[in-house]
Amino acid sequence: MKILVPISKVPDTTSKIAFTDGNTKFATDNVTFILNPTDEWYALVRALEIVEKDGGTVTVIHQGEADSEQFIRKALAVGAHDAVRIDAPATDGYNVALNIYEYAKDKGFDLIITGKETIDYNGFQIGGMIAELMNVPFVTLASSLEISGGKATVGRDIEGGKEIVEVPTPCVISAQKGMAEQRIPNMKGIMSARTKPLVVVPAVAESFTNVKVYDMPAPKTACKMIDPENMDELVNLLHVEAKVI
Amino acid sequence: MSVIAYIESNDNKIKKSSLEAAYYASETAKIMETEAIAVALGTHDASELANLGQLGITKVLHDSNPKFDTFDSGAITKAIASIASNSDVVVISYNQNGKAIAPRVSVRMKAGLIPGASALPSLEGGFNVSKNVFSGKAIAHYQVNTAKKIIALTPNTLQLIKGEGTATIESVSSGVSDADFTTVIKGIEKTSGTVSLTEAELVVSAGRGLKGPENWGMIEELAKDMGAATACSRAVSDVHWRPHHEHVGQTGFTVRPNLYIAVGISGAIQHLAGVNGSKKIVVINTDSEAPFFKAADYGVVGDAFVVVPKLIEAYKKFKANSY
Ligand SMILES: Cc1cc2nc3c(=O)[nH]c(=O)nc-3n(C[C@H](O)[C@H](O)[C@H](O)COP(=O)(O)OP(=O)(O)OC[C@H]3O[C@@H](n4cnc5c(N)ncnc54)[C@H](O)[C@@H]3O)c2cc1C
Repeated sequence: MKILVPISKVPDTTSKIAFTDGNTKFATDNVTFILNPTDEWYALVRALEIVEKDGGTVTVIHQGEADSEQFIRKALAVGAHDAVRIDAPATDGYNVALNIYEYAKDKGFDLIITGKETIDYNGFQIGGMIAELMNVPFVTLASSLEISGGKATVGRDIEGGKEIVEVPTPCVISAQKGMAEQRIPNMKGIMSARTKPLVVVPAVAESFTNVKVYDMPAPKTACKMIDPENMDELVNLLHVEAKVI
Repeated sequence: MSVIAYIESNDNKIKKSSLEAAYYASETAKIMETEAIAVALGTHDASELANLGQLGITKVLHDSNPKFDTFDSGAITKAIASIASNSDVVVISYNQNGKAIAPRVSVRMKAGLIPGASALPSLEGGFNVSKNVFSGKAIAHYQVNTAKKIIALTPNTLQLIKGEGTATIESVSSGVSDADFTTVIKGIEKTSGTVSLTEAELVVSAGRGLKGPENWGMIEELAKDMGAATACSRAVSDVHWRPHHEHVGQTGFTVRPNLYIAVGISGAIQHLAGVNGSKKIVVINTDSEAPFFKAADYGVVGDAFVVVPKLIEAYKKFKANSY
């Protein structure tokens, strides 16, 4: 079993979001970056569990410049066997998907597992795009995944419940909560990560979209405090003022 | 030239998120001075499809092949791309299914994707659509540089305005063969007839402040009375007081209802990331310093075990008088 896990680095949720250059660039000064949680906790850990049971390797792939390598090493410390860095900043979702496809297309991966979304651009798009480029099945928002006999059995969330589906491998799965539990790297993992293979490959530049400018949402008006004894007032405000009931 | 809306039905009723896609498509068609057409695959109710005319859709292209009733992102992508091959813009709701389809259609049609549009496009100096980024902490104004465009619309973004009209229905074949369907459904677990969380207009959510799973009766009662979906914080689903599919926030579901009522939830930034798109937020918490009040429109400082029963009573009274 050969599994590929695309990983992204994102600003930690508690980071202050600001922009520079006339609001055209995300200001990365003073921002703490982390591995994207759904990639690290759900996609990577489930991939490791599968190869621990059935044998095989887990490769992580990341598009970004050399300063991303600490995040790739973290994924190797969690347990990935080897890593690939696509040597260019990501320009849009299609650009990343295309670069991952260009690397993966002739490597014989049985499975590609992504996190459901990144917490910066919240796109939910890379997995589906890779699947279409590869012309293989794609199951999104998966909370469980079992592989056997060339088939993936996947639990996926649908409106008002859950659906269990089966698709042939190779396939692409996007993982969310329920799939696995976060693993904290141990000292042995951290030591061995330093010497695991990390290859750097060139990137193609093609993309479909670009961000012209960013802005901030309108500030919230102050919270109106309601007397806990007077819930009639709250209901009335929700009806008359907020018009939501 | 035309703008396409992709339509899904559930139990023969068009999903609310698809009605939004239809309305968005017809508003976009107005901006582009062209026609809005719907694409429907599989089993649908004909009068439901015809009623899309009320949202500005002139024509529905329907491939009634029942194979489409099993959700298969590859086959649906092929069908949409084939039927929409002469169109400029395809609008797909970014609901659970849309998240599987829209990125694929983007690649197949070589059309740039807006993965979660939060407003109608503007044609000033290009084709521009805005989208919330950084979990709602900022807005990015995207420009799409391809000839064709895919807009994946965040559910509950637009207020639907219905007019008069009936759409004509045209049977089409999307040229998809049996071999294109690779997904087999092994089972479906419905969550007990409740309102689906990501589509809900009203959400009642509770956190660790409720002390234990046995205390959720009043939350469910309030939700049932209001026709709301129930949700919870991660702290609660992690200890299995509530099911995982109720977990909202950065690592759970993102919701943007008209009203989000948070009971006994502190309002950690990771929780807010999943709910701050809500139009109005009510916070009920014993601690007046709880960070959630900063994100709230209406706040009640008080004990949930006292306040929620009072709220249920007040709501029942309001309901009884609102005829
Ligand atoms: C990487 C990461 C990702 C995360 N993702 C998520 C996520 O997706 N979603 C999420 O929710 N959390 C997430 N968290 C966890 C988050 O940081 C908080 O720990 C969590 O949201 C707290 O849940 P809570 O508000 O229910 O509990 P608490 O923080 O314990 O808050 C309980 C609240 O209840 C109030 N209270 C107590 N008794 C009463 C009463 N009788 N009546 C009324 N109020 C009462 C208290 O004043 C308090 O404000 C994440 C954390 C990390 C580090």
